[in-house]
Amino acid sequence: MVHQLINSLTDGFLLGFVYGLAAMGLSLIWGVMSVINLAHGPVITVGMLTTYLLFVHLGLNPYLALVVVAGVGLVLGLVIYITAVHRVISAPHLSSLLATFAVNMIILGIFNAVFGGDQNNIDYSLGSLSIDFLNVTYSRLLAALGAVAVTVFLYLYLYFTRTGKSIRAVANNREAAELMGIPSTRVLALSFGLGSLLAAVAGSLISTIFPFTIFSGGPYELKSFVICVLGGLGNPLGALLGGLILGLMEGLIPIWMPTSWVPVVEFGLFVFVLVVKPTGLLGAK
Amino acid sequence: MRNWKGKIVLILMAAGLVLLGCGQEAPKPQAKKAPAAKPAAEKPAAEKPKAPEAEAKPAPAAKAGEKTVIIGFTSSTTGKFKTEGGRQINGLNLWMEQVNAKGGIKLADGTMVKVAFKDYDDESNKDRVQELYTRLINNDKADFLISPYSSGLADASAVIAQQYNKIMITTGAASDSTYKKGYTLIYQAYTPASRYLTGAVDMLAKLAPKSKKIAIIYEKAKFSQDVVNALKAYATSKGFNVVLFEGYDKDTTDFAAFINKIPPKTDAVMGGGHFADTSTLSKQLYEKKVNAKLFAFLVAPPEPKFAEIGEACFAIVGPSQWEPAAKYSAEAAKKEGMDWFGPSVQEFDDSYKTKYGEDPSYHSAGGYAAALILQAAIEKAGSIDTDKVKKALDDMNMMTFFGVTKFDTGKDNHGLQAGHGMVYIQWFKEKGKFDKKIVWPPAAAAANPFVCPAR
Repeated sequence: MVHQLINSLTDGFLLGFVYGLAAMGLSLIWGVMSVINLAHGPVITVGMLTTYLLFVHLGLNPYLALVVVAGVGLVLGLVIYITAVHRVISAPHLSSLLATFAVNMIILGIFNAVFGGDQNNIDYSLGSLSIDFLNVTYSRLLAALGAVAVTVFLYLYLYFTRTGKSIRAVANNREAAELMGIPSTRVLALSFGLGSLLAAVAGSLISTIFPFTIFSGGPYELKSFVICVLGGLGNPLGALLGGLILGLMEGLIPIWMPTSWVPVVEFGLFVFVLVVKPTGLLGAK
Repeated sequence: MRNWKGKIVLILMAAGLVLLGCGQEAPKPQAKKAPAAKPAAEKPAAEKPKAPEAEAKPAPAAKAGEKTVIIGFTSSTTGKFKTEGGRQINGLNLWMEQVNAKGGIKLADGTMVKVAFKDYDDESNKDRVQELYTRLINNDKADFLISPYSSGLADASAVIAQQYNKIMITTGAASDSTYKKGYTLIYQAYTPASRYLTGAVDMLAKLAPKSKKIAIIYEKAKFSQDVVNALKAYATSKGFNVVLFEGYDKDTTDFAAFINKIPPKTDAVMGGGHFADTSTLSKQLYEKKVNAKLFAFLVAPPEPKFAEIGEACFAIVGPSQWEPAAKYSAEAAKKEGMDWFGPSVQEFDDSYKTKYGEDPSYHSAGGYAAALILQAAIEKAGSIDTDKVKKALDDMNMMTFFGVTKFDTGKDNHGLQAGHGMVYIQWFKEKGKFDKKIVWPPAAAAANPFVCPAR
């Protein structure tokens, strides 16, 4: 029993970092421009697919592919922002919600037409690390490390570079930032790009652990919402914490009840937090 | 202009409604006809008065020179059943090519009917299946039907076939429950699910007689649930202790929660579902270094593609409807006192390899066999009339390269496969290459099964 508990908790904990990374992307975009990005799931899928295609066609190591995926995510985010989000950024929330939902449908439609709904599997196995009874696959371990590394980079970027500081300034008060001479449009576009970058990188890391289909981004998008609410919407560190909590829950719940109950408990918690502490554990932005 | 178009649409809709009405009425007279066919089976003389009416149909067509019989089905060329469904279609296409090359199927009056397929992609989607089978029957005028791959889809299509009074041979569909619904025109080519994994329990008992604990992890789908429920009952009756019995949702990719639940010192892990999930489960069991004496899973292991998961496939056992090394032959049929029909195992294997450049899996053979069963029935009936072919199918007791085909004709399980048996394969490793061999039942085995080494 204790062995099972420790094994499950470790699995969940490691996966939690990746969940957190995906949620951070959503959280960042909300924090800076108050847009709920419904194209978050497909962007996660873009990360998965890019990794897969690079691996299958060019034989590129999936962990090296992360750099390419980050670039693709950033560019994709910029494109989405410029074409779909920028025009509705000051409109009521429903407009941006619909705009990003349209982007979501377009990307999924393209994927369905080009790749179909088949399951893709990156056949790259690293085996597992065994310490006595504890058994952790290296892919999970590396994914967690990757997620931590990206988080650290993001933190350093936001707090110690000039553009990072402008992002925070715009998030804090767009008008005031503009008065200080910060080009807010560029900063907004960049933030959207960064959010997409995080989502794509998370997708890439997930694809090294699990097989996926073009629709696999969807469940992670939903998880991201739960995590953001849990940790405080618009608070990237809260997103990481939320991710860890969700990961641990996913490891813990199946020990006592059938796995099908996991989403019930997860979304139950979602509602509970919304009712009891709507700002999330670490408070909103 | 608009009015004119509007009227046409209205007329078409009205015509559609009338047609629908006719379509729905059709099963009623059939329901009366079906029991009538049974006494006919006992007294052949009673069949005669019906004959002119039945023969009236093919006759005018024969005059026209070439008659084709249309066989309709949907194929899962996209979606989660792509691998298995694709192979099934390969088998079907090979059959059509060979039959038409020989001039077609011969009827009683000497005419040869060519075969034409009509098929659509069902996207591995249940809702699409019902829509498309209705279309196959109403628009494409299919004479006979073959089911799509998987029990769920086949079950969905069977309703439509029965409703419109069409014979359907199901293949790639092993679930028992479809045949417990009182259908009279649905015939199963595969060994039913209830006999899928029971042999693995016998195998475990022989390989490691001290074994006690079996963990069962299965996909929550019609077919795998039928299999594991029968498996659990059988294992318990043989004195085994089922220590874990849990289902996963169909799109599961993370099996960590299930794997962590397997109690220590479990002797065997069994279950699975379809190809994608089962290969992922096998891979994660290997990565997590789960040790057991026997791993027996559904569907995926017999597929040649299973070897793509590398080291993780080693020692895994899987039930197979058919293997290229199967020992069915005309001599064996003679010994059993039944008819032999169609190509030999070798001939099928060779022609498949020549056409597709890969080894046939049991899904490929199942596709071919379904059409072959239909061909045998049509030839025996000497007609493409539904009632006559139905009688031929009810009476069928034959051996083909696929094995024995005999249908349950009892009221409760009509159409359930009663003759066909399973073989079990295990993955071996020789000189760094993975290879599957038949290891069970002993009579059909090409190699001895072995206990999975420590991981």
